[in-house]
Amino acid sequence: MQTNPALEYDYSISKLFLYATIVFGIVGLLLGVVIAFQMAIPQLNYLAGEYGTFGRLRPLHTSGIIFGFTLSGIWAGWYYIGQRVLKISYNEYPFLKAIGYIHFWLYIVLMALAVVSLFAGMTTSKEYSELVWPLDLLVVVVWVLWGVSLFGSMGVRREKTLYISLWYFIATFVAIAALFIFNNLQIPTYFVSGYGAWTHSISLYAGTNDALVQWWFGHNAVAFLFTAAIIALIYYFLPKESGQPIFSYKLSLYSFWGMMFVYIWAGGHHLIYSTVPDWMQTMGSVFSVILILPSWGTAINMLLTMKGQWHQLKESPIIKFLVLASTFYMLSTLEGPIQSIKSVNALAHFTDWIPGHVHDGTLGWVGFMIIAACYHMVPRMYKREIYSGKLMEAQFWIQTTGIVLYFSSMWIAGITQGMMWRATDEFGSLAYSFIDTVTVLIPYYMIRAIGGLLYLIGFIMFTYNIIMTIVASKEIDKEPQYATPIAAR
Amino acid sequence: MFSWLEKNPFFFTVAFLVPFSIAGLVEIVPEFAQASRPTEGLKPYSMLETAGRQVYIKDSCNACHSQLVRPFKSETDRYGMYSLSGEYAYDRPFLWGSKRTGPDLHRVGDYRTTDWHENHMWDPESVVPGSIMPAYKHMFSNSVDIDTAYAEAYTQKVVFGMPYDTPNGVALGSYEEAKALIYDEAKAIVADMKNQDVKDALARGEIKEIVALIAYLNSLSNERRVAQ
Ligand code: HEC
Repeated sequence: MQTNPALEYDYSISKLFLYATIVFGIVGLLLGVVIAFQMAIPQLNYLAGEYGTFGRLRPLHTSGIIFGFTLSGIWAGWYYIGQRVLKISYNEYPFLKAIGYIHFWLYIVLMALAVVSLFAGMTTSKEYSELVWPLDLLVVVVWVLWGVSLFGSMGVRREKTLYISLWYFIATFVAIAALFIFNNLQIPTYFVSGYGAWTHSISLYAGTNDALVQWWFGHNAVAFLFTAAIIALIYYFLPKESGQPIFSYKLSLYSFWGMMFVYIWAGGHHLIYSTVPDWMQTMGSVFSVILILPSWGTAINMLLTMKGQWHQLKESPIIKFLVLASTFYMLSTLEGPIQSIKSVNALAHFTDWIPGHVHDGTLGWVGFMIIAACYHMVPRMYKREIYSGKLMEAQFWIQTTGIVLYFSSMWIAGITQGMMWRATDEFGSLAYSFIDTVTVLIPYYMIRAIGGLLYLIGFIMFTYNIIMTIVASKEIDKEPQYATPIAAR
Repeated sequence: MFSWLEKNPFFFTVAFLVPFSIAGLVEIVPEFAQASRPTEGLKPYSMLETAGRQVYIKDSCNACHSQLVRPFKSETDRYGMYSLSGEYAYDRPFLWGSKRTGPDLHRVGDYRTTDWHENHMWDPESVVPGSIMPAYKHMFSNSVDIDTAYAEAYTQKVVFGMPYDTPNGVALGSYEEAKALIYDEAKAIVADMKNQDVKDALARGEIKEIVALIAYLNSLSNERRVAQ
């Protein structure tokens, strides 16, 4: 991964996606904090009339984080990494540059329309796929533009061998395209009947089938956006920041193909004890457990890359973020399979343990990885050192505390709730009415909301640090080889 | 072989697509026909129930409520019979949810009534002290979109063969007939309600969202599922 000195990379597109990452991060996290507090203090539902209730805000939070923050982070990474590992510059290819700009601006238009329509209650109800059909079409266009950039860049590459990050980008691109299209096949009702809202549609599938397709999508959207694409980032940024080569090429190979073979089968774990056929539930369960192997393969490959270099953990806040991201990845890829075991699932499903699991993955793994990527890229894109190392340290510990509060409170809440739903008295009748199982959770909801708030505060510190780096930090004349220069302040 | 793949983006993509497609097809296709068969005597959603279902989706009640009773004694004791695949055959989209912040609602029509819902949706705390469910007062002033409800029911009928207009079954008819039907249904619900604004609105020809929502919640019951 040596940089060609003759090449002047073009970061204009990556910079745009960096700004989007920050804006969607703040908005998405803020919405998350609001709905978390709503669960402890329901009066907070009435801050904005019907538009501020939990039901309206929840899809905005999930879409804001998944399709706003995470996708922007992934694309900021792609437009930065792509040129470097392929040894091209967008300056040489005006076509690729133009595609990048169109990609960015259409994406922003899409996100703006998504926000307005979700506030208005225009939703299909399918999780992470809530947008109405005209917007789905726009999603396809945006996605295809990324595909043109991805394969177009590969088409003109100088470096013949595709670096590992590119394997994961390719997988993400193809898988999400297929999943998204099949999950969103629907019939617009206006065009059939001639009546009503033209944006309304109904799913092509009904009931159990709809559930199957939805969770095949839902599970694998997580698999690819929150896993494959983030792995693409860490395979580039960890060796670049630490100056260490990837521990094992064989392990990368095995983890990649292992994951691609296994992941798709695991979607059934969202439907255990539902009305989908038993064999699918069992398969979902079994493959989820097998999935530990390739997931841990990647994580171990990352941690062993740091072998003999652990002093860097103490010296560099960026390495801290990267290593803790890998650790949270290990935690959530162990926790997920545990929740997929049928008897555990009987207890955990429908409880707060599930959002707890999601968030040690998203806050710990996805969030920290994207934050680390930005800290690595910004000094190189703007030729300035990071504004404040102390602030980074403080941010790291505040956010880590936030995550720990989040998942520990949700573990307790989920297991408490699951146990109370099934508890019986000495005559075999249910021991608790439903509301008892709600009021007992209020303290945990409070702790979770505070955890989320801490994470948001950390993100605002990150934003401040990035802005100050761009506008006020000391300039550097040469691109740093490895460790990012950070001001001691 | 891998080092060759890593130099050929096209074949790399193909190599990825193979396991991806096999897994997807095996998982989804074999049971498709089987899972879509309705239970004996299952009734389609009436016009007002369809409108109510749209309200339920608009406010994402499914973010806090499941509609899937699992086959455990603790669930059947609390909610009633466990859910069957065929009961969902007309549900486009499905509304199983993934989180039970509130109770399951798949059988709520069997044990809650119109006036209970009216009070509860207006102010959940006053009915169930300690509730963290939001109040939905705006549903008492927003009107339902009758045209879109008709568009959905009509699409269900002509595209998916939902059995409307069968002898002794649920009627839909032409747009004008459907409109007359939805007012009749609304009258029956509003007769059991006490909110004066909702009553006055109906007299003016407006059906409020709450009326449709309650009709939908009432339809989540045995009456809809079992042949009479
Ligand atoms: C923030 C989560 C939340 C949202 C959103 C929500 N609910 Fe609830 N719901 C609850 C909780 C908690 C309870 C249990 C306490 C109670 O009965 O009020 C409940 C109870 C209910 C009950 C009583 C069920 C029973 O068996 O006693 C009904 C009916 C209901 N909700 C309907 C709805 C509808 C319709 C919507 C959408 C307009 C909705 N809920 C949205 C949390 C929510």
